[in-house]
Amino acid sequence: MTKTTNILASTVISGALALQGTMTNAQGTSHSDVRSSESIRPFRVHIPNEEVKDLRKRILNTRWPDKETVADQSQGAQLETLKELLLYWGSRYDWRKGEAKLNAFPQFITKIDGLDFHFIHVKSRHPNAMPLIITHGWPGSVFEQIKLIEPLTDPTRYGGKAEDAFDVVIPSLPGFGFSERPSAAGWGLERIGLAWNVLMKRLGYSRYVAQGGDWGAGVVEAMGRQAPAGLLGIHTNLPAVLLPEVEGVLGGGPIPANFSEKERSAISDLGMYLRNGGLSYLVMMGARPQAVGYGLTDSPAGLAGWMLVHSGFTKWTYGKDPKQSPTIDDVLDNFSLYWLTNTLASSARIYWESRHLNLTSATSQKTQEISVPVAITVFPDEVIRAQEAWARRAFPKLTYFNEVDRGGHFAMWEYPELFATELRAAFKSLR
Amino acid sequence: MKKTKGMFTTTMLTGALMLQGAVADAQGESHAAIQSSESIRPFKVNFPDAALKDLRSRILATRWPKSETVADASQGVQLATIQKLAKYWTTNYDWRKAEAKLNTYPNFITNIDGLDIHFIHVRSKHANALPIIVTHGWPGSVIEQLKIIEALTNPTAHGGKAEDAFDIVIPSLPGYGFSEQPTTSGWEPARIARAWITLMKRLGYKRYVAQGGDWGDPVTEQMGVMAPTELLGIHSNMPAAVPDEIAGALWSHQPAPSTLSADEKRAWDQLDFFFKKGLAYAQEMGNRPQTLYGIEDSPIGLAAWILDHDARSYELIARAFDDKKEGLTKDDVLDNITLYWLTKTAVSSARLYWENKFIFFKPMAVKIPVAVSAFPDELYQVPKSWAEKAFSKLIYYNRLDKGGHFAAWEQPQIFSEEMRSAFRSLR
Repeated sequence: MTKTTNILASTVISGALALQGTMTNAQGTSHSDVRSSESIRPFRVHIPNEEVKDLRKRILNTRWPDKETVADQSQGAQLETLKELLLYWGSRYDWRKGEAKLNAFPQFITKIDGLDFHFIHVKSRHPNAMPLIITHGWPGSVFEQIKLIEPLTDPTRYGGKAEDAFDVVIPSLPGFGFSERPSAAGWGLERIGLAWNVLMKRLGYSRYVAQGGDWGAGVVEAMGRQAPAGLLGIHTNLPAVLLPEVEGVLGGGPIPANFSEKERSAISDLGMYLRNGGLSYLVMMGARPQAVGYGLTDSPAGLAGWMLVHSGFTKWTYGKDPKQSPTIDDVLDNFSLYWLTNTLASSARIYWESRHLNLTSATSQKTQEISVPVAITVFPDEVIRAQEAWARRAFPKLTYFNEVDRGGHFAMWEYPELFATELRAAFKSLR
Repeated sequence: MKKTKGMFTTTMLTGALMLQGAVADAQGESHAAIQSSESIRPFKVNFPDAALKDLRSRILATRWPKSETVADASQGVQLATIQKLAKYWTTNYDWRKAEAKLNTYPNFITNIDGLDIHFIHVRSKHANALPIIVTHGWPGSVIEQLKIIEALTNPTAHGGKAEDAFDIVIPSLPGYGFSEQPTTSGWEPARIARAWITLMKRLGYKRYVAQGGDWGDPVTEQMGVMAPTELLGIHSNMPAAVPDEIAGALWSHQPAPSTLSADEKRAWDQLDFFFKKGLAYAQEMGNRPQTLYGIEDSPIGLAAWILDHDARSYELIARAFDDKKEGLTKDDVLDNITLYWLTKTAVSSARLYWENKFIFFKPMAVKIPVAVSAFPDELYQVPKSWAEKAFSKLIYYNRLDKGGHFAAWEQPQIFSEEMRSAFRSLR
C-alpha cells in the first residue's frame, strides 16, 4: 500500500513540477526506492486540475500559421480543420471522461529491467481464458484498445462463446503514457519483447499469446524470434511482409512476372504513399526525435498537427461522422494522454531506437527466425496491404491469414468487435 | 508617400493582429489595393511591444521534454543547449538592437508578380560599384547578410579598394521575413529567380551579379539559366555541382568509387552523411510543411527546429551558447530566430521545400560565368573537378579553410573578400 501511495503521490508531484520543467529529476528520485521490487502496484489515473487547465489555456492561446496554399491535405493537416478540432479540445472536450475510461479497468505499475511499466489487466470470468498481451504503437496508446477489452474478456456478450475468452494485458510502451520514460538509450524492440515476457510470467501466466500492430508489430515479432517458453503464438495486423523482391520493386526495380494483379496493386499503392512523403514523419523522428519533441511538447496544436498526418487518420472525419470510431473524444483522449504525460519526445525516441530497422521488411525483422505460430489479419486501409503469398514466404509458421473488408491502421479502435472476432479465430487452434 | 504610410500601418496592424491569429486575412486585404503597383516603398521594421511581450511570456511558459537519452547531439538539439538559449532569449537578448541594425540600412518593399517583396538596398559611395543581389536560404534570412554590407559597399574601410565596391540588394524570399507570404502555391525557385530579375531591372541596374547559398543557390543558378543580358555572372557557396553518377551511386548506397581524388572523397563522405542522416527535416518540410504547427506556436519548438538544420551547423551554432568566440554570436542566432517568430513565417518558409521541384545539388547547366567558394563545413565542400564539370564557364574557384553553411554570417570578412575576388574579372 505504501508503494501505491508513492506512485500516486509521484504522479501528482510530477504534474505540478512538469510546469517548471524539472519533471525528470523528480521522477528519477521518487522511483529509485522501488527499483528492485517485483511488486505489482495498483494504479489509477488522476491528472491534477492545474495541468488540465494549463492544457486548455495553451490550446486557446495557440499562435496559428497562415492557411496552407492548397485546397487539400497535401501540405498536412489543414488549418481550418485543425482550428475547429482545437477549439473543441480547448472548450467542450472533457479529459475527466477520458480518465474515467481508463479507470474503468484495473491498472497497475510494475518495474521491469529498471523501468516502471503501466498496464491494464483484465481477467475474464470464464475459466481457461487465454492470456493475451496487446501492444500499441505510435501515435497510439492504451486508449486504442479500450473498446476491445470487453469483447475479448466477455465474449458471450459480444457474439462469441465462453471458450473464446481472453485475459487481456495491455501495457504502455516505455516512454509512452504512464510507463516511465527511459533516461538512457537502449529500449529497442528486443528489449521491450523481453520485458513483456517478464511481465506475463510475473502475472502468473505460463502460456500466453501476443498481439501488435505498428510498433507493437515489431515487438511481437521480436517476441516471436525470442520464443520464450510459454509464448504460444503471435498475431499482427502490420506484418513485416515486404520481401526483398517487393522492396526491389519499391526501389524502382522490375515487377516479378508471377505477381498477381492484387499484388501489383498493393505495391503500387504503397509506392504512391512513399513517393508522396507518407513516411517523412518517421524519417524525422528516427533522425532527430529531440528536434521534433520541443515543439510538440510545448504546443498542443503542434502535437495534433504532427500526429494527424499519420496514415491511420487518413479517413478520420474529425468527428463529423458521429458514428465513426474513434470519435472526436477518443482521439482527443489519446492526444491529451500524450500531452499530460509529457511523452512527446520520449515516445518519438522509439523511432530513433529503431532507426536502423525497417518495421515492414521481412529481412530487417528477420521473420525467418520467428519460431512460434504467426497469425495475420489484413485490414484494407492499412498502407501496406499484406499479400498472402508474401506472408507465406516471410513467415514459415503462418497458421492464420485473413483479409477483412474494413478497417485501417487503428483497426481495433475503429472496429473493435471485428478485431475481437479476428483474434478469436486467429488463436483458436492454439488453445 | 501614401503607400509608404499604408505599409507602416500594415506592419503595426500585423503585429497586433498576429496575437489573435488573424494576420492572413488582414495582410491579404491591405495588399490587394497595391497589387498592380511597381512602386518601391521605403520600409522600416518596428514590431509592437505586445508582440515582444507575448514572445517572452511564451518562452518563459515553455513546457520542456525530458532530456535526450544520449550524451551527444545524435537525437537532435540537446536540452541543456536549448535551455541556455531560452535563458539568454528572455534575459540579455534585445530584439530592438536587431531591429535597429536592420533599420540602419535602407529597407524597401515592392510588389512583384503579385507579391510584396522586402529587400535591403545599399548603394556604395564609389562610382562604378558592381550591383549584386544576394539571396539567403532556410533557416536563414537577411540577418545573415548584414555583416557583409559594410565590407562590400565600403571596401576602402574594410581592407579593400574602391574598385572592389558593390551596390548590394538583399531580398527576403517569398514567405520569409518581411516579404509577403504567398497564399497560393507556385512560388518555387525559378519563379523567385524571375522576380529577382524584375527587381534588379526595377532598381535600374543594367549590369549586375548574383550570389546565393542554400535556397539562394537554386534561385541564383536559375537566374543564371535564364541568363538575362544584364546578369554578368553568379557566385555560389553551395553550388548544385554533384555529378549525376556520384548522386546515383550515393542514393543507391554504393561504395565510393575508387577513382575519387582526396577532395572528391571528402565531398562524397559529407554527402553520404547528409543524405543518410541529415535530410529528415527537408523531407518533412518538403512533404508536409503544414504539420509544423508546433514551430509556429512554440518559440522553443521553432528554435530547436532551426538549430537542427545540419549536424555541423548545429555545432557551429551551439558553440555560441557555450561562449566560444568564433563565428556566430548568441545575438546573431537569436536575431534570426526572433525574425522568423515575429514575422510568423515558420510554416510559410517551410513551404519552399514543398514548392521546390529541383533535385538538391543536381547541376542545372548554367551557361554564364560562375564563381564558386567552397567552404569546408558546408553540407559538402565542392571539389574543383565537380565545379568544372557542372559549370561550363567556371571563372573562379577557391577552397577556404574556415566557414560553413552560413558562411557570410559566420565569416563575413572571408566571405566579402571572396566576393571581391570572384567577380573581379567581370567588372
